Amino acid sequence: MEEVIETEKLAKRYGNVSAIEDLDLRVHAGEIFGFLGPNGAGKTTTIRVLTTLTKPTSGRASVSGFDVVKKPDKVKEMIGVVQQHLSLDRDLSVRENMEFRARLRHLGSAERKKRIDEWLDYVGLTEHANRIVDELSGGMKKRVSIVSSLMHRPKVLFLDEPTVGLDAQTRRRLWELIRRLNLDGTTIFLTTHYIEEAEALCQRVGIIHQGRLIALGKPLELRKKLGLITVETLVNNKETRYQYFADRAEATRYVQNLPPDVKTIIIRESNLEDVFVEQTGQKVEAD
Amino acid sequence: MVNVLSDIYSVLWVDLRFLRRHWLRTLATSIVNPVLYLVAFGYGLGRGISFGGYSYLEFVIPGIIALTAMTGSYNGAGLKLHVDRLFYKCFDEYLLSPISLFSLAIGKTLIGVVRGLIASAALLVVGVLISPTLLISPLFLLVLISSCFVFSLLGVLVGLVAKSHQDMGTFSTLVILPMTFLSGTFFSLNQLPDAVKAALYVLPLTHSSESLRAAALGQPFPWLSFLALLGFGLIFFAGCMLALKRASV
Repeated sequence: MEEVIETEKLAKRYGNVSAIEDLDLRVHAGEIFGFLGPNGAGKTTTIRVLTTLTKPTSGRASVSGFDVVKKPDKVKEMIGVVQQHLSLDRDLSVRENMEFRARLRHLGSAERKKRIDEWLDYVGLTEHANRIVDELSGGMKKRVSIVSSLMHRPKVLFLDEPTVGLDAQTRRRLWELIRRLNLDGTTIFLTTHYIEEAEALCQRVGIIHQGRLIALGKPLELRKKLGLITVETLVNNKETRYQYFADRAEATRYVQNLPPDVKTIIIRESNLEDVFVEQTGQKVEAD
Repeated sequence: MVNVLSDIYSVLWVDLRFLRRHWLRTLATSIVNPVLYLVAFGYGLGRGISFGGYSYLEFVIPGIIALTAMTGSYNGAGLKLHVDRLFYKCFDEYLLSPISLFSLAIGKTLIGVVRGLIASAALLVVGVLISPTLLISPLFLLVLISSCFVFSLLGVLVGLVAKSHQDMGTFSTLVILPMTFLSGTFFSLNQLPDAVKAALYVLPLTHSSESLRAAALGQPFPWLSFLALLGFGLIFFAGCMLALKRASV
C-alpha cells in the first residue's frame, strides 16, 4: 500500500517539555486518517511538523516521499492545510481570499478564475462569493478555509480540529464535504478530540496522549481488541467500573452474575473513548 | 526574477485590497497626528521664531513630513502583519506557499511604503499650500521614498518578532515616540550639546529629517546622512530575513 505520510521516531521538544515523542505513523494514500487525542496531546504540533511549519527535534517525517526538513518546498506542493484557527483575511471577500491563495500558488489569472468558480460551486458558496468573510456563519467560514487551501489541488489535506465550535448540523455538513473530497481522491489527515467524529469519518485512527501514540488502527479493530461491548457498573454507589466483552451474550452472562453491591448502569457498544480510557485512565473529551 | 516580482506583487496584492476597502480611514488616521503637530508647533509655538533665515514653519514642515513618512510606513507595515501573525494566524499561509522569504519580506515592506507615501503626499499638499517655498525635487522624493522603505522594514521587523500586542506598544512608546520628538523634526540639532547630538544620530529618523529638510529647503545635501539612512534600511532588512528564517522552529 502506498504510504503518503510516514514518520519515524518523530519528536518535538520545547526545552525540556516534549510535545511529541517517538511518533511512528503511516498514513495510506486515499484514506481519511484521524489523529485523536485530548487538547494539548500534541496533535497540532504533529500537524505543524508534517506541514513544514515547525522543525522536528529528532526523528524523520515525510509526505509523499519528500522529507519535511530536507525538501519542504516539495512537501508544500503536495499539501493543503486548514488550521484550527480561521486563517482567512476577515476583511476581504470570499473570492478575494481564494484569489490570494491562488496567487500565492502561482496560478495565472484565467486558471485562478476557473478554479475559484469550481470550488465555490463545489461547496455551494457561489452566491456568497463577494461577501466579506467576517459576515459569514462559522460553517461557511470553515468551508471557505477548506477550499482556499485546495487551490493548487494538493494530494493531502491536513485539517486541524475542523469542526471545533460548530453546531451538530454544521458539523455533519462538514463531514459530508470531507468525505466528498476524499472520494474525489484527496488523502485526509485530520485531528480531533471528538470521539464521534473519529468514528464517523475516519478509516483509521491514531490515538495520541501526552505526545505519544498509544493506539493505531481501524476504529473497529481497536474496539475489537478491547471488546465490542462495554458494561458500565457502579460499585458501592461510588466508583464506575468499565468491563469489555466480545459480544452481548458474554456481557449479559457477566451482568447476571454480579454481586449485590454492584449495580449495572448500562450495556452498550464500546467506542474509541473506551480505548483511550483503558490506556490512559483519562477521558478524551474532558476539557 | 519574474517569479520573484510576481510573488512580491501577490503579497502586496492582498494588503492593497485591504487598503482599497479602508483607504479613507487609513488616510484620516495617519494625517491627524502630523496636522496637529503642524498647527501646535508650526503655527502656535513657532510663530515669530526663525531658523537660519527660514521661518519656523518652513523649517518644521520637512521634519513633520519625515515623521509622517516614518509613522505611516512603520504602522502601515507592522500593525497588520503583527495582527495577522498573532491574532488571526493567517501569516502561516505565506510560509505554506512556495514563495520565497525574500519576496515575502519585500511584499510586506511595500504595503508600508505605499501607506507611508499616501500619508506623506497628503501632508505634502498641505505643506505646499502653506509654505510655497518648499522644494519638491527628485532628490526630495528619493529621500522620502527611501525613508518610507527604511521605516517600513522596521515595521515588518517589529511585526515579525513581537510576541504580543504589548510588545508592539512598548516598542512604539520606547523607540518610535522619542524618535518623533528628538530626531531634528521640530528643532535643529545644532542647538544641542555635541554629546546629545551624537546620540541622536543613532536614530534613523534624524538622518531622514536632516536629508529631507536639506532637499526641501535647497541646502547642501548631507549625503553621509542619506547613506546612514540606507544603512539602517539594510540592517532592518537583514533583521527581517533572520526573523523569517527563524519563524519555523
